[in-house]
Amino acid sequence: MSSFWSAWIIIFTLVVLVGCFLLLTWNLKNFVGVSEDETTGHEHDGISELNNPLPKWWTYMFYITIAWSLLYLAAYPGLGNYKGFLNWTSSNQGILSLAESEQAVIAAREAGMNVQLDREIARADEVYGPVFRQFAERDVLDLAYDPEALRIGQRLFLQNCAQCHGSDARGQRGFPNLTNDDWLYGGSPDQIRETLLYGRKAAMPGWKDALGEQGIREMTAYVLSLSGRTVNQRDAEAGKANFGMCAACHGVDGKGSLAHNLPFGAPNLTNNIWLYGGSAADIEESLVKGRYGEMPAFKDTLGEDKVHIITAYVYRLSNPEQK
Amino acid sequence: MSNKNHHEKIEKNVGLLGIFVIIAISFGTMVQITPLMYMEETTTPVDGLTPYTALQMEGRDIYIREGCNNCHSQMIRPFRSEVERYGHYSVAGEHVWEHPHLWGSKRTGPDLARVGGRYSDDWHYAHMMDPRSVVPQSNMPAYPWLAERKLDGKYTARKLEIFRSLGVPYTDEDIAGAAEAVRGKTEMDALIAYLQSLGTALK
Repeated sequence: MSSFWSAWIIIFTLVVLVGCFLLLTWNLKNFVGVSEDETTGHEHDGISELNNPLPKWWTYMFYITIAWSLLYLAAYPGLGNYKGFLNWTSSNQGILSLAESEQAVIAAREAGMNVQLDREIARADEVYGPVFRQFAERDVLDLAYDPEALRIGQRLFLQNCAQCHGSDARGQRGFPNLTNDDWLYGGSPDQIRETLLYGRKAAMPGWKDALGEQGIREMTAYVLSLSGRTVNQRDAEAGKANFGMCAACHGVDGKGSLAHNLPFGAPNLTNNIWLYGGSAADIEESLVKGRYGEMPAFKDTLGEDKVHIITAYVYRLSNPEQK
Repeated sequence: MSNKNHHEKIEKNVGLLGIFVIIAISFGTMVQITPLMYMEETTTPVDGLTPYTALQMEGRDIYIREGCNNCHSQMIRPFRSEVERYGHYSVAGEHVWEHPHLWGSKRTGPDLARVGGRYSDDWHYAHMMDPRSVVPQSNMPAYPWLAERKLDGKYTARKLEIFRSLGVPYTDEDIAGAAEAVRGKTEMDALIAYLQSLGTALK
């Protein structure tokens, strides 16, 4: 804060406090020429107004609040740039980036400031930090069968993942089922962790312009046939002829990008598991409009230690037996 | 009765009383509000702050029209409970280009100050069409009409101009292209674009 605004705040704040004090003392003086407890002469319906002084308890309370405010302003930040003798502040101010925020925490600690938020976090870290660190050192394959880690993992999952994947992790239209061991980006601990930390972004373009209406119908038939559905053979054959453009991501056999070690997240089309529905209408819609499924990144939101535990929880969902 | 009784003048003259009340209140304003409008700390944008795109700006107005701010705050307070759930606490520099800010004061739903990037666009679409489809215990109303109503962009450029006059650094190109940038988009697209932008500047 510039010294001008600091002075501005200090002066006006003190003017108000002094003003309150002067107003009170002024009001305690008797200007009306009638001594205390005597009638002022105003009378209505036999009720006369007495010149009563301000109640003592109320007056003292007023003085106490003024004294309290001065004490408060001496102890806590309030008067411009003055920090208060307790060196207390609710949080680090004037931050323009997360990097600055981190530096401010260190700077405040070194300056002996008592930052409420930093203290809360440090205190919580003393309690929970060792728990998370102990889990962070253990392998996901081991944590996935540790009841305590799973309990923490489940809570974290319910708070952060269930909005899309459902509280039972079985997903819903557009959001993958995590329990069926069918993966878009891979189900190894490392792959799950990567998905959680950095997110995933799929981009299936719409094919309406490239294929035309007839072409979409034929491709739909071929895609349905891949998972063993009964379709018009002639349409399916015609669709197959165009499948080359799909094969770049879904593979020539339609078994999805993961089967070919590619990172596109293109689903397996042959196993009758459908992210956006498996009816002819659903598949047609996917072909026409494209699909742009996205998994948000959780590195900043949760941090690596919590992601580690959720990784174990998610891994366990499709690996109930320890290998 | 003594003529030194000035208090009587205030008691018997409501206009004068009003003036003194206004003076008394403006001391609070001068201490608590006036400096914030001019101080460097509260008027410097955070490093990554960008003005709303035309589409986000329309989304913001839909957010206001539908009263989202009546149930959702956009202000993460510096408490551990909030920082753990929502992310870094809100800072002044994130809101310097907000006219007016939408901090809100009621949290029937969660805080949205950093909802940008937290969910996918698809999720927001599903959630707006029918909140219960993704969050079974949600009591948020559905907003399905947003997907049907198209933006015409009639006032988009004007909105950007007004924001520029308030100090938001829009370029002439931004304003010239504003209507074109939103034409044909639905209100749903706009609202989702706005939501995805929230709180992403402080990274």
